[in-house]
Amino acid sequence: MRQAIDVSIGGVQEMKPLDKVMQKMAEHKGCGMSAGSGKASCGSAAGQGDLAPEVWEKVKNHPCYSEEAHHHYARMHVAVAPSCNMQCNYCNRKYDCANESRPGVVSEKLTPQQAVRKVLAVASAIPQMTVLGIAGPGDPLANPEKTFKTFELISKVAPDIKLCLSTNGLALPDHVDTIKNLNVDHVTITINMIDPEVGAEIYPWIFYKHRRIKGREAAKILAERQLQGLDMLTERGILCKVNSVMIPGINDRHLVDVNKAVKSRGAFLHNIMPLISSPEHGTVFGLTGQRGPSAQELKGLQDSCEGQMNMMRHCRQCRADAVGLLGEDRSAEFTTEKIMEMDVNYDADTRKAYQQMVEQERRSKVAARQGGLSQVTGETSDIRVLVAVATQGLGRINEHFGHAREFQVYELSTGGAKFVGHRRVDLYCRGGYGEKDSLPTVIRAINDCHAVFVAKIGGCPRGELIQAGIEPVDRYAHEFIEQSAIAWFKGYLDRVKRAEIRHTARGDADIRQGAYVVA
Amino acid sequence: MAYKIVKSQCTACAACEPECPNNAIREKDGTFIIKPEKCTECIGYFDDPQCVAVCPVENTCIIDAACPRYQATA
Repeated sequence: MRQAIDVSIGGVQEMKPLDKVMQKMAEHKGCGMSAGSGKASCGSAAGQGDLAPEVWEKVKNHPCYSEEAHHHYARMHVAVAPSCNMQCNYCNRKYDCANESRPGVVSEKLTPQQAVRKVLAVASAIPQMTVLGIAGPGDPLANPEKTFKTFELISKVAPDIKLCLSTNGLALPDHVDTIKNLNVDHVTITINMIDPEVGAEIYPWIFYKHRRIKGREAAKILAERQLQGLDMLTERGILCKVNSVMIPGINDRHLVDVNKAVKSRGAFLHNIMPLISSPEHGTVFGLTGQRGPSAQELKGLQDSCEGQMNMMRHCRQCRADAVGLLGEDRSAEFTTEKIMEMDVNYDADTRKAYQQMVEQERRSKVAARQGGLSQVTGETSDIRVLVAVATQGLGRINEHFGHAREFQVYELSTGGAKFVGHRRVDLYCRGGYGEKDSLPTVIRAINDCHAVFVAKIGGCPRGELIQAGIEPVDRYAHEFIEQSAIAWFKGYLDRVKRAEIRHTARGDADIRQGAYVVA
Repeated sequence: MAYKIVKSQCTACAACEPECPNNAIREKDGTFIIKPEKCTECIGYFDDPQCVAVCPVENTCIIDAACPRYQATA
């Protein structure tokens, strides 16, 4: 079973039935919770960065918009919007696998009334769930009645929950005023191109004004509607993030132009994601063998756009019915059947008190980070290296190498430690791999890293990592990620200086494709 | 003739239901069906049959040869 991060502060435990989670919550209410030393960190751009204060105020608790918040605050998606108004070559609505975790796939659809019940159930069990999103599995704005009814009902019963939606943008200009009137905080638009020639290779058709329109004409209408919608939202002060799927050979270079276009129209965050494409998904790209980007290709594009605007690096490309912290999915605990039986007690005060505890944690974490950064002052070197970190969260190196389902990747330089992404290494849906067999897969996923930081590691993987040129580092077990990484990096620079080791560039790494095993 | 929905192909995404100018489409047993007596193939409303145009799965909304050709009344 895939390990899930317990939402309670100060501990990471095996996924457990909901009643135990609820019981734990109840205990916490009584004992007042020890704030503990658990901290999470996610890179140097974790804070306000160059965001305007009013923007930071809006995003600081949003796990998808604030790199740092995603360790502390959870989100949920409700799958009330099954219809779509267009076809993308990376999407296949027919595919349905319970083990699949990617956009456009859900296990069950909800009515707006069921969605409200689910939101209240999750909000009661996970008090740091602060954001409700509607992201499909189709397009929220191709289902405007269901989407807006859901928002309307939620804002009545749980006004503290922020609302957001994610759309392809085709219908967006028609609904901007409704979005504004319903106090939707954030909108994400998926924009993969602004040039219809590029778009024709990504979108076979759109359904617009009662017609199925194909090719260049379809892409031209789509791009115009997306940018018009973005303009209209930013004019009204609604925060906009832009998602782009990086498709090598089709839109990879073009996304730099997309980045400029959306930046100039006021998007505050750009999230460039790797194409997910496997033949077993049955998508056009999966069947034509269109590959996704390598880790270095993705990072290179993100880096080249970063001067333009804030880039999002922590996206986990979650499902339209995901529940929990990013990178975990607790939706199986909140099926329609289960939420109907749950004793839901939505208590705004308890939620607020819990969130205040979370804020305390965040503040102490920031202090810890600052302590770490001072360690590289005085050093001058052009050397930059990537390191992978096995963590269960809380900002610490606290995961066994063999248990890691994901590694966080940090770029180290004399400027500090910067979070630049994550690498999934969980097992493939098609199954059959033992830990031994999966080791080469893990190594390929972090092959661009000079070191991997772990709480513990066995002798066999240790040897194979060293052979692959990746240094396993376990001497910082359970310590803070950034401080440890900087301390190690300082030692690395010293060793290079003393000519004990020679600094060499690493190769590229794979981005995992396909579903992962959840049970 | 009227259109029909191939049950094994239907993903129950409901995209067709609101597009039908005749309210001929409804959910039944987890997928959607077209009431043949109500279907006009969108003749007189749109150039393309709307269910076919919006359906995300090819060859799901197809002509039902068993139903006589729709005759527009005046």
